[in-house]
Amino acid sequence: MALLEIEQLNVAFGRPEAPLIAVDGVDLSIDEGEVVGVVGESGSGKSVTSLAIMGLIDPPGRVLAARLELAGRNLLTISPRARREMLGRDVAMIFQDPMTSLNPCFTVAHQLIETLRIHVGGKATERRAQALELLRQVDMPDPEHRLDAYPHQLSGGMCQRVMVAMAIACNPRLLIADEPTTALDVTIQAQLLDLLLALQQQRGMALLLISHDLGVVAQVAQRVVVMYAGQVVETGALPRIFEAPRHPYTQALLAALPENNVGRRRLQTIPGTVPGQFDRPAGCLLHPRCARAVSRCVLERPALIDGNPGSQVRCHFPLDGEAP
Amino acid sequence: MLSYVLKRIGMVIPTFLGITLLAFSLIHLIPGNAAEALSGERGMSPERYRELAHQLGLDRPLSTQYFDYLGHLLHGDFGRSISTHESVLKEFLTLFPATMELALCAIVLALLLGLPAGILAAVKRNSFLDYSVMGVSLTGYSMPIFWWALLLIQLFSVQLGWTPVSGRIAIAYDFPTPTGFMLIDAWRSGQAGAFESALSHLILPAIALGTIPLAVIARMTRSAMLEVLREDYVRTARAKGLSWFSVVCVHALRNALIPVITVIGLQVGTLLTGAILTETIFSWPGIGKWLVEAIHRRDYPVVQGGILISACIVIAVNLAVDLLYGVVNPRIRHSR
Amino acid sequence: MSSPTEAPSPLTEHWRHFSRNRGAVAGLAVVLMLLLLALFPGGFAPHSPIEQFREAALSPPAWEDGGSRRFLLGTDAVGRDILSRLIHGARLSLVIGLVSVSLSLSLGIVLGLISGFMRGGVETVIMRLMDILLALPSLLLAIAVVAILGPGLFNAMIAIAVVMVPHYVRLMRASVIGELGKDYVAASRIAGAGTLRLMFDTVLPNCTAPLIVQATLGFSGAILDAAALGFLGLGAQPPTPEWGSMLASALEFIQSAWWVVTFPGLAILVSVLAFNLMGDGLRDALDPKLKI
Repeated sequence: MALLEIEQLNVAFGRPEAPLIAVDGVDLSIDEGEVVGVVGESGSGKSVTSLAIMGLIDPPGRVLAARLELAGRNLLTISPRARREMLGRDVAMIFQDPMTSLNPCFTVAHQLIETLRIHVGGKATERRAQALELLRQVDMPDPEHRLDAYPHQLSGGMCQRVMVAMAIACNPRLLIADEPTTALDVTIQAQLLDLLLALQQQRGMALLLISHDLGVVAQVAQRVVVMYAGQVVETGALPRIFEAPRHPYTQALLAALPENNVGRRRLQTIPGTVPGQFDRPAGCLLHPRCARAVSRCVLERPALIDGNPGSQVRCHFPLDGEAP
Repeated sequence: MLSYVLKRIGMVIPTFLGITLLAFSLIHLIPGNAAEALSGERGMSPERYRELAHQLGLDRPLSTQYFDYLGHLLHGDFGRSISTHESVLKEFLTLFPATMELALCAIVLALLLGLPAGILAAVKRNSFLDYSVMGVSLTGYSMPIFWWALLLIQLFSVQLGWTPVSGRIAIAYDFPTPTGFMLIDAWRSGQAGAFESALSHLILPAIALGTIPLAVIARMTRSAMLEVLREDYVRTARAKGLSWFSVVCVHALRNALIPVITVIGLQVGTLLTGAILTETIFSWPGIGKWLVEAIHRRDYPVVQGGILISACIVIAVNLAVDLLYGVVNPRIRHSR
Repeated sequence: MSSPTEAPSPLTEHWRHFSRNRGAVAGLAVVLMLLLLALFPGGFAPHSPIEQFREAALSPPAWEDGGSRRFLLGTDAVGRDILSRLIHGARLSLVIGLVSVSLSLSLGIVLGLISGFMRGGVETVIMRLMDILLALPSLLLAIAVVAILGPGLFNAMIAIAVVMVPHYVRLMRASVIGELGKDYVAASRIAGAGTLRLMFDTVLPNCTAPLIVQATLGFSGAILDAAALGFLGLGAQPPTPEWGSMLASALEFIQSAWWVVTFPGLAILVSVLAFNLMGDGLRDALDPKLKI
């Protein structure tokens, strides 16, 4: 049984008559200790999926799923109290902007100790030492002084390390990282990714890494899920999925990378924009932007079909099959 | 932090000097001067008038008179009341505890009711509770305070007979008042029923005076909380599995309080204004009533002194709030 | 698909936003009603506001025993019809608001423009002056001004205007400083616009939104302050039917004649509430960024 099982997750906002569909029938599963990367443009529904797992979608957002289970517990029917016990202890999350994700009025020590206090308990006197140890584990420079610092006294990279420390404090089984490096300098990005990977391996934690940056995902993940407009369009194992993509969208994402455009005048881009609230196609969601679209794509929405080993694709005419 | 403190204190000094200039000009702009006031109805001969004017120093150039006045102020001499011949400062200090007790009670009430109301309105935004809190607040600061006081008296004192109409304590009680705070002195006197009497006299004026601060605090807390609840660190707090109480009342409120504290400090002016009207209605023997009576009696030294001291209090409280703000906001606390 | 239409004018947009706020529309309705009463008091008031009907002194409202249709809301201690006094008082209240707000707005705009444009020494002097005015509780300052000028309705209006000036100066100065950093001002300057022209033709029109909101709220503040001064006997003098002064001697009638106490205050409350609701609605309509 997988650690995280999601089947047919739907998240909608706005009025029921004219909903904004953020997540549309997403299936996702993560095993213990597995590293899965989720890629896609802004608006693809990757962050909303992670927030739905954590239960942080507030009304008027509506979360529906055939199955949403973490370690066998049904997250759709969980009591608020049980959910609060789970968050931070069994599943933890770090966010995109570390400078604003920490409370400016409390010290690092206070915020770390808080997590320990509610989930781990134990003696108050030991908690400060535990917090210090956590800072060491996230490679925080000069941890003794940083403990009593306020967030505005730390750099972005350091703040993100604090976030990671808070997240791993209780040894969660699943860590969700939503664009953890997007707001950081490139050099710090590499350090943080190495840190996440090292922690993941040491603790046998499952890691769900969300990013729009294919390079970031390629460095860390074992398996990749590609999302578009709220749907999963392709899944597969690295490195194969990037070497031989099966979905036109994945191929286009790869083609837009600077590395793949050496010698060109302009980057290859995907024309058009992600469908908004009112122009969601009835057929394949990508067809207005896909060069290979034919009438079947316009009329019929493709289903996610299993391919060979452990990969899936949602396309009538995948790249490794017959031409349209 | 140090530069912040020094800068704030530095800005106070010119304001203070300006207030003294204003108070000084007040007397000289009022038609008639002290000599004329002393002359009374009968009038006096021109020689006597000149003599008196010379005695009072009124024939010297204005700038000399101003510096003289300033000198007196710095020695604590704010002049003498025309009617009672007492030192203005002494009368002020005698009557101030009554106003202070009333104002403190009012602000405590305003906080006890306003903070939770604002928090709840923000958390349950656009609900019936939210609209009620906002509606009641709006009505609260749209009412003339003296009329609200009259209504309260009409309901609670006249119709229900629960509270007395005027004064600080029933006449029957007589005990020493070392602190000037009737509640404390009544408690310490040990006399049966004294504390209850003091409390029942205090409650209605405190409600009347505290209504506007209550409305302002509720509104301000609500809008500050609404902003803070949208912040990323609140999402982090929820992602850590913290309880609703912890998220709202520890993480969010701590940040929302920063602008609210400033607003509370600004209420000092409102409280003094309200005290003038409330004390008049409830015959509460504080500085508000003292000032109003002085105006009607044309006791200008009292008016001048009262205005000056009140302004100093407002400046002092605003300074204290500024400094408190520097302490409470970590970003300022840690700047050089 | 409907054919493309022209973008609605800003005024229509603002009105649409404003009208969605039911409280604001109600406020506007009440203000218009007050305006009507103020313009034609004789048409609505059954009696003269100062005529005394001694034989009917302190008679209760029409729906109570002892009341009569002749004096719908009862009479006061010297037999004046309360309803007529309230209606005539509406004109006074609106005039008070208009005069005080106009005075303080004009002075505030000029001082704010000067301090925003000049910066440096002039700005410091003006702002320190404003700080001094703000240090005094508003009623005390008004009392001080009235003490100098003597009691009376017009002097009360001046006193209230003086009290409100610092708020407009601060607002104007902040707006001006904000606008001065923008490109269109630089463009005007390069095109050769002089300072006066820059001030009044270029910058001022773009600062109007917060001023309009503050002016509307200033009306309600002026009415309340005038009522307070009237209540203390420092504003309108008898027999002027100003709502606040109608309450001046009301304390003695709390037990005997509740209508003398209740109705003038109700009139004040309704008017102030109306202006506040309108002001809030205007704030939301004119600057959505300010909306919470």
